[in-house]
Amino acid sequence: MTTTSRMIPDRLQTPLERKLKSWESLLMLVAIGIFIINSFASPYFLNVWNLSDATFNFTEKAMIAFAMALLIISGEIDLSVAAIIALASTAMGAAVQLGVSTEGLVLIGLLVGLACGAFNGFLVTGLGLPSIVVTIGTMSLFRGISFIILGDQAYRGYPSDFAFFGQGYVWWVITFEFVLFAIIAVIYAIILHMTNFGRAVYAIGNNATAALFSGIRVGRVKFILFLLTGLMSGVAAICLTSRLGSTRPSIAVGWELEIVTMVVLGGVSILGGSGSIPGVVIAAFVMGLVTFGLGLLNVPGIVMSIVIGALLISVIALPRLWSMWRT
Amino acid sequence: MKRRTFTSLVAGLGLAASMLSTTAVAQDNMRIALVVKALGIGFFEAAAEGANEAAGELGNVEIIYTGPTDTTAEGQIEVINSLIAQGVDAIAISANDPDALVPALKRAMDRGITVISWDSGVAEGGRQMHLNPSSTPLIGNTIIKLAADHMPDGGDVAILSATATATNQNAWIEAAKEVLPNYEGVNLVATVYGDDLSDKSYREAQGLMASYPNLKAIIAPTTVGILASCQAVTDAGKIGEINVTGLGLPSEMAGCVDSGATKSFAIWNPIDLGYSATMLAHALAKGAEAGPGAEIPMGRMGSVKLDDTNAAAMADPFTYDSSNIDQFKSIF
Repeated sequence: MTTTSRMIPDRLQTPLERKLKSWESLLMLVAIGIFIINSFASPYFLNVWNLSDATFNFTEKAMIAFAMALLIISGEIDLSVAAIIALASTAMGAAVQLGVSTEGLVLIGLLVGLACGAFNGFLVTGLGLPSIVVTIGTMSLFRGISFIILGDQAYRGYPSDFAFFGQGYVWWVITFEFVLFAIIAVIYAIILHMTNFGRAVYAIGNNATAALFSGIRVGRVKFILFLLTGLMSGVAAICLTSRLGSTRPSIAVGWELEIVTMVVLGGVSILGGSGSIPGVVIAAFVMGLVTFGLGLLNVPGIVMSIVIGALLISVIALPRLWSMWRT
Repeated sequence: MKRRTFTSLVAGLGLAASMLSTTAVAQDNMRIALVVKALGIGFFEAAAEGANEAAGELGNVEIIYTGPTDTTAEGQIEVINSLIAQGVDAIAISANDPDALVPALKRAMDRGITVISWDSGVAEGGRQMHLNPSSTPLIGNTIIKLAADHMPDGGDVAILSATATATNQNAWIEAAKEVLPNYEGVNLVATVYGDDLSDKSYREAQGLMASYPNLKAIIAPTTVGILASCQAVTDAGKIGEINVTGLGLPSEMAGCVDSGATKSFAIWNPIDLGYSATMLAHALAKGAEAGPGAEIPMGRMGSVKLDDTNAAAMADPFTYDSSNIDQFKSIF
């Protein structure tokens, strides 16, 4: 009994080993490192209120990043998300002028987001156009409509209870936005990692043709993913508009690239087929901690962008360099 | 010597105010954040220079010069959040959006930070006071004075404005017409509109020269119009006959001043603006009350009186001519 069997591994790595060597662990180390450096670099960093304020740097972007992660895993991309925020916010602002209540505003924000997502989804899956081209176009289209409606004017006068979404606290220092961010993270983790739909997303990203022949309705899955991205942009529009208390057509300019950066930093392959929600969650924290920490040191914004860029390249390049060095 | 006694007086008053106020004032440096629309803009770099000058004069004041990379409200809110976190004593901001910054700045005020806006204002609820670079009557008077200064015997002048609906320019022209009787012999013959387009402004300037042969000066209260008029006068070979003046940017106008087509022009001085904003932020943080009618000192710039919306105008627009253009043309 004791001498008969030789150890034949049924997998290349033990589960623990695999977890330790994963992208998420590497990112977690980076996040912890940044946290420690920040605490030493600035005496103001370790303060619960300040950390609570800092979450605003990433919560809204991260909400969209989760939906974007699924879309990128499936091999598509949506660059119109920031423009959807602008259009949804403009629609809500226009509704305020007509005296619509807070519930109505939320509904309008979500519906406009969904409609924009459906439009993108139709162009990509219905007409078979490449998503990067379609969403570059709708990026100009959606924001252009906002500019036509508003020009250099602003919508203000949002009802006072509308402020809760972007400025309210659920308990002590925990903001409503942060709670929403956490709930959405859990929902997307379940969708991607525990459902058939999630497996289909991976399958499409790895090989859309094979997925189609395996009986996955590729077009429908992609359409739903565009709908979700539009919906999340609507949710982010509600939070951001509530936080700003006003709407201008320049709202959230440039966010699409920050959101894609967050997704890629989170370990999602830009070519599709792989990635995880926990990775994106940690990436959101990393980006939030870096910008907030540098902000406390009054580092100019352009240097922050350089740091984020360097972080992105090094975190992506390190594992590649590591494996090249090993072989 | 005079300035020294004045600042020590201000410091003395500030000290008295801080001893009277119940909140504990930290004994170390007072930190004043000068938040601008975006970093890397010459105008704001010059304002920061003025802020540092004020800090040097006040003593024990540290200036944090900061701002976002792009001129966005979201970027400025992140900056404000980090300033709140650092517990700065005062924030003086030139806003990218008058409304969107209000919630963030309100939070700053709730946490005991003095907040003022300067240059580009914040809506009333989001700041204790706002400092305008200048005021409509001051600008209206200045643009007429610039022309009159170089016309000792009087003569015909014309105004070349931006669009016919431009709120700013129309208010300035209205104010200019009101003070016109104070300048004997200066005769306003026409007001035309170049729509802030270079080519249209150029043609309108040509039209003015053709219609009014005795024209002595073109007044353009817009940076596009003044440059186009200068070009039109230069091309028509009328340098010396017609003086082009108004509001312009030193960097763009340097050539016109060198050629003599423009003898002098005006715009607000960013150094004075940064200096004054810092002085005001310091005074308020030391306990001065900002309310309608309040008069607040600002060092070498004198003092300002707040109007009903807690806003105030700094000074006459600053005049640029051949004596100082070289110093400022590299700044903005």
